[in-house]
Amino acid sequence: MWRDATLVAGRDLRVEARSRVTAHQVVPFALLVLVLFAFALDPDRGILERATPGLYWMTVLFSALAALARSAALEEADGVRDAVRLSALEPAGVFAGKALAVAVELVALEVVLGAAVVVLYGAEPAGIGLLAATAAAATVAVASAGTLYAALVSGLRARETLLPLLLLPVLAPVLIGATRAFESALADDPVAGWPWCGLLAAFAFVYSVAGALAYGTLLEGT
Amino acid sequence: MEPVVHLRDAVALLGRFPALAGIDLDVARGDVVLLRGPNGAGKTTVLRALAGLVPVVRGEAWVLGHDLRADPRPVRRRVGLLSHATGLFEDLTVDDNVTFWGRATRAADADVEAALAVVGLSGPRRHVPVARLSAGQRRRTSLACLLVRRPELWLLDEPHAGLDGTARDLLDGLVRQAVEEGATVVLSSHELERAEALAHRVVTLDGGTNAGGDPVPAPPAGARSLGSVPPSEVSHVA
Amino acid sequence: MNATTPTGPAGGPPLPPGSGPHGPGRPPSHPGPAGTGSGATRVLGVAALAGVALLALYGLVVSPPDVEMGDSVRLMYVHVPAASYLYLGCVVTTVASALWLRRRTPGWDALAEAGAEVGLLFAVITLVTGSLWGRPTWGTYWTWDARLTSTAVLTALLVGYLALRRLDLDPDARSARAAVLGLLLLPNVVIVNRSVEWWRSLHQRSTLVRLDPTIGGDMLVALMVGFVAIGLIFAWLLVHRFRLAWLEQQADRLDLDAALAARRAEATAARAAPPAPGPSSPAPVASPPVPEVPSR
Repeated sequence: MWRDATLVAGRDLRVEARSRVTAHQVVPFALLVLVLFAFALDPDRGILERATPGLYWMTVLFSALAALARSAALEEADGVRDAVRLSALEPAGVFAGKALAVAVELVALEVVLGAAVVVLYGAEPAGIGLLAATAAAATVAVASAGTLYAALVSGLRARETLLPLLLLPVLAPVLIGATRAFESALADDPVAGWPWCGLLAAFAFVYSVAGALAYGTLLEGT
Repeated sequence: MEPVVHLRDAVALLGRFPALAGIDLDVARGDVVLLRGPNGAGKTTVLRALAGLVPVVRGEAWVLGHDLRADPRPVRRRVGLLSHATGLFEDLTVDDNVTFWGRATRAADADVEAALAVVGLSGPRRHVPVARLSAGQRRRTSLACLLVRRPELWLLDEPHAGLDGTARDLLDGLVRQAVEEGATVVLSSHELERAEALAHRVVTLDGGTNAGGDPVPAPPAGARSLGSVPPSEVSHVA
Repeated sequence: MNATTPTGPAGGPPLPPGSGPHGPGRPPSHPGPAGTGSGATRVLGVAALAGVALLALYGLVVSPPDVEMGDSVRLMYVHVPAASYLYLGCVVTTVASALWLRRRTPGWDALAEAGAEVGLLFAVITLVTGSLWGRPTWGTYWTWDARLTSTAVLTALLVGYLALRRLDLDPDARSARAAVLGLLLLPNVVIVNRSVEWWRSLHQRSTLVRLDPTIGGDMLVALMVGFVAIGLIFAWLLVHRFRLAWLEQQADRLDLDAALAARRAEATAARAAPPAPGPSSPAPVASPPVPEVPSR
C-alpha cells in the first residue's frame, strides 16, 4: 500500500510541477485573501494582529478547497478512473498518495503564508515547536478529510459547490483547534496549546483511516 | 481447453439501464473476435464487462477462468483495455505516463522501455507532454500502457479510429504478434474491412443481444490461418 | 408494514398505486400501501398529542418561572429534548448507512434519509428555541453557547447530506455516496461537539452566557415530560418519513425483466425500419426481411 501511495503522490506532485497550478494560482489567491482581510478589518485598529491566527487558517482552508478540487480533477480525467480500477493499485494506497500530495502542497502554502503574515500583519513568531506541530497535524487533517470528501463529490455536476458545503463544517474543529494552538504559541503560552494540537492529531488519524477504508467503495460503487 | 471468454445470456447494467440484455459469447485462446453492430448495441459494454469494470447481474460470465459474477476484480489485471478514453494525464509526458501505468501494474521498467520502442515513441517524443500530442500519438501512448501490462486478453474498442494508415498497420501488426504469443483479442470496430481482415470471427450485436454471427468458436486453431477470414465464418445478418 | 385506510393522522401523501412517471423498466401497477399510516402510527400519534398536551400543562402552567430568567426558561423544555433527539437522528442515519454498506438492502437507505431529515427539523427547532430563549434574557438572538454553536455546525452537516441525496444521479450511485457520507455523520457530530464544548468552556468571563439554569422540582418534571413528548413526536415523524422514503424507492425500483424486454425491442424496432444509408456506415445495407431475434 505504501508503495502505491508513493507512486501516486509522486505522480500528483509531478503534475503539479509541470502545470504549476498551486504555485501560480493558489498561492497568489491565498496572498490576495490576506490582503483583502486587511481591507476589511482596517490594519490600524489592532484587530488584524489579534485575529492573525484565525485569518491565517481561514485562508489556508479556502485555498485547500482549490487544491483538493484540482487533486480530484486528476482522477476524473479521460478514462483515468477505469485505468486505476484495472491496475494493481490498492484504493487505500491511491487515497494515501493523493492526500500526501495535497499535504505537501499545503505545507508549501503554509510556509509562504506564514512569511506573509509576519510581513503584512506584523506577527512575531514564537513557540515555533508548537506552531510546526500544529501545522503538521492540521495539514494532515485537512488533506485526509479533504481528499475523502473530494472523492465523494468527484464526477458530480455540482461538485464545485458541494465540496465546500460538505467539507467546511467537517473542518470546523480543525479551524478551532489550529487557531487556539496558534494563539497560545504566539502568546508564549504553549501549555494551553498542546492539547489542541493533540485534538488535531486525533482528527487527522480518524480521517486518514476513514479515507483509506472508504476510498475503495467510492471508486467502485459510483 | 477452457475458453478464455464464456458468456451465456449475460445481462449487465449501467446504472438502471440494461446495456447487455442477454449476450452469448465464447472465445478460445488465440481467437480474434470482432464485435460489430449499430451504435448503442452494447459493444463497448461487452468489452468493459469482460474487463471486469461493469457488473454482470444475470447469466454466466467467465473470463480467464474467473467468475465475473462472483468477483470481477481478479480479471482486471490480466486484461488490457484500449478504449475511446486515453487514460492519460495531460500534463505529464509520454514517458511519465507509461512509466506510471507500468509501475501501477507492477511491470518492470524494462517492459516500459520495450513498450515505448514498439509503438515508436522511444525517441525525443517521449518527453513531450501528452496535451501536445496528436490524437494518433495519444492512442499510441495508450497502446504502450496496454502493452506494458502483457495482458492475456486484449479488449480493443474501435482501436483504428483516429489513427492514420501507418499507425493502423502498427496496431494490426501488434495484434497479430500478440496472438502468435498466445494472447486472445476481442475488438469492436466500424472499420469493417480492416477489422475483418484481422479477425477470425465476427459477432453481431444489436439491442444488447446477439443478432447474428457465430458466438461459438470455429474449428481448432490449427485449421485457421492468421490474418485471413474464411468467408463461411463471416455472417452479416442485418 | 400494513396500511389500512388512506392516511394516518396527517400522514404522508397517499400514493396512488402504480402511478408516477413510469417508463420502461418500472414495475407494473400493483396495489401497494396507499399511505404511510398504520395502526401503530395512529397509536403513536395519539400518544404524541397527549404528550404535547401534558407538556403544555407542565411547561406553561405548573412549573415555575426561573429565578434569573423568568418565563423564557419554559423554552428549555422543548429546546433541550429537541437537541437530544437531533443527535438521535444522526445516530439513526449513521447506523443505517453502515448497515446499508454491509447489506445493501434499500430499507437501510430509506432509514438513513429519514433520520437525517427528521434530525434537520429538530436542529432547526433547537436553534429557533435557543435563539428565542436568549433574546428576552440577554438581549441577543444568538449566543455562542456550546450547544447552539455545535447545533449550527450540525445543521450544516445535515443540509450537506440532504443536498447530496437530492442530486439527480443513478439511484445506486447516489445511495453509495450518501451512505459513506452518512457513515461519517456521527463521528463528525462527536468531534464537532467535543471541540466546541471545550472551546467555549475555556472562556471564564463573567459575561459568559449560560443557557442552562439550575433545575429542581417541578421544572425537572416538566423537562422529563418534554423528553417524552418530543420523543414521541420524533418517533412518529421518523416512522412516517421512513415509510415515505421506502415507498418512493419501491416505486422507483428496477423491474429487470421489463427493462430487458424493452432493451431487446430496440433491436427489432431498429431493424424493422430499414436504416437510411448515412456517411457513417461503411458497409452497404442490404436489408432483406429479417427473422425475429429469438429471445433468450
